[in-house]
Amino acid sequence: MMELEPAIAGPVRPIGSRSTPAPLPFPPERPRSSAKMSTDDLRAWFGTQEVLKGVTLALAERQVTAIIGPSGCGKSTFLRCLNRMHETVPGARAQGRVWLGEQDIYTVDPVVTRRRVGMVFQKPTPFPFLSIRDNVLAGLTLNRERPKHAHAVVEQALQQVGLWDEVKDRLDRPGTSLSGGQQQRLCIARALAVAPEVLLMDEPCSALDPIATARIEELIHELAGRYTMVIVTHNMQQAARVAHVTAFFYMGQLVESGATEQLFTNPKDPRTEDYLTGRFG
Amino acid sequence: MSLFRHRRLVDRLGRGLCGLATLLALVPLVSVLVWLVSHGARGLSFALFTELPKPFGEVGGGVGQALLGTGIMVGVALLLSMPLGILAGIALAEGGKSRFVQIVRFVADVLAGAPSIAVGVFVYTAVVMPMHGFSAFAGALALAVLMLPTITRSTEELLRLVPIHLREAGLALGLPAWRVTLSVTLKSALPGVATGIMLAVARAAGETAPLLFTAFGSQYWAWNLSEPMAALPLQIFTLASSPFEAWHQQAWAAALVLVTLVLLANLGARFVTRRARGGMAL
Ligand SMILES: Nc1ncnc2c1ncn2[C@@H]1O[C@H](COP(=O)(O)OP(=O)(O)OP(=O)(O)O)[C@@H](O)[C@H]1O
Ligand SMILES: [Mg+2]
Repeated sequence: MMELEPAIAGPVRPIGSRSTPAPLPFPPERPRSSAKMSTDDLRAWFGTQEVLKGVTLALAERQVTAIIGPSGCGKSTFLRCLNRMHETVPGARAQGRVWLGEQDIYTVDPVVTRRRVGMVFQKPTPFPFLSIRDNVLAGLTLNRERPKHAHAVVEQALQQVGLWDEVKDRLDRPGTSLSGGQQQRLCIARALAVAPEVLLMDEPCSALDPIATARIEELIHELAGRYTMVIVTHNMQQAARVAHVTAFFYMGQLVESGATEQLFTNPKDPRTEDYLTGRFG
Repeated sequence: MSLFRHRRLVDRLGRGLCGLATLLALVPLVSVLVWLVSHGARGLSFALFTELPKPFGEVGGGVGQALLGTGIMVGVALLLSMPLGILAGIALAEGGKSRFVQIVRFVADVLAGAPSIAVGVFVYTAVVMPMHGFSAFAGALALAVLMLPTITRSTEELLRLVPIHLREAGLALGLPAWRVTLSVTLKSALPGVATGIMLAVARAAGETAPLLFTAFGSQYWAWNLSEPMAALPLQIFTLASSPFEAWHQQAWAAALVLVTLVLLANLGARFVTRRARGGMAL
């Protein structure tokens, strides 16, 4: 599906050795090498409609990057290009480069990338036919892998999302028997159980009440030191609360990105300012 | 206030009509059952299930060989049609718009519309004639052909009902697409797929026409798939079209057994579905 530009030779190239240096999206004090993932002129289509028009963005390692922007500007599409979920939609395709560490993810099997780059969706998606325990293990067991210390994996993943104490007595109940907020944390635990390096979250709180939302935000904070995270959100307070870096998308393009506080208090682009002050979107 | 009353009136009217329609739909079903029980119950006996038919003039006997034959042929038909039907259902649901998928869909549609007697004739020419004889295998094949479109279409429809976000969740966990299809999509749809299979079984168990010139029927115990074999509907046909009162009695009893078996298959399907959904929050 992916069309690769022939201009750059070799399937795998370290980020530092690219011929044309991408503009630095981070404030200068953050060194370039701290990027865990980065995209290079990423374009994406649904059929003939181009919805991402060349996005170049780096995602800092073990930091939270928030993506904001008006509805339909391509935030979800961008996120779904980072673990190659975009191309699973019939007629969808992407072009450009997405680096994960020193590897262009579009040159390897998507299955490999998706294990390294986990994803949490807007709507909680526990598997209804699996128990809470088996939901956590789903990424392993549905792939016919038998983790040696299954119980430890379950406990650790549920501890990480702060769900262990709430569910430890009913691990055999169906995953769908939990509340919405619990289900969402279960889905995060499920994503963490396959030991990803990056975690993508597409509006993970938009189906939740304020208390469950606060719980997830806290969780994002706690996980930030261990995982590189990208969160799409419509809630600017949320972006301000959880993200180290914020990127503003508009009509398929990255308008600007930078340290969250700086972007919110002192946006460089007038479109960012218009969006932040609620003049559109 | 009057708007509220009007709405309540319409609501009651609607409910009333629905209830009436339900009752009307139940009339044929219940009357068939009542009729069957009132005529067939008298003929029920242990021997009916365990003994071979006796020649005219002798008392007693049963339809044991026909029960066994139906069991064997439906079982073999299930083994033949289930894997193929499920695979074809998966292809229809997930294969997109490729030419292959279009052909599978067309074949399934044609098969679903084919009269069962035509399927019998087809198997007669394709299997019975080349093999120079009626056989249980030919009967099972005819039943399998009849079950195939039911299983295929019900599998397809149920796979399509599985929410896309479950599929995406599986893919996002790094499961290969084929694994997601089997372990997530098919697994979610399994209770429904099982129901579809049970319904296909129930239908096949009651088919007479396709067995007439394939399995042919038999008055003896038969285990061998290459020999003619009895089946309950065939036996009922033979008994009922005879001129003897005692055989008519047996036909009623056998019909009662057949209908009960079909009902049990349907109930079994419901039970499986209910259990699989048991603990699930709706
Ligand atoms: N499955 C699809 N098929 C065709 N077009 C799509 C599909 N999904 C999204 N699009 C189009 O792609 C563009 C970007 O969509 P995307 O979902 O990335 O936006 P978004 O920024 O996530 O919006 P929102 O904030 O509403 O979630 C939109 O114009 C949308 O119409
Ligand atoms: Mg979106």
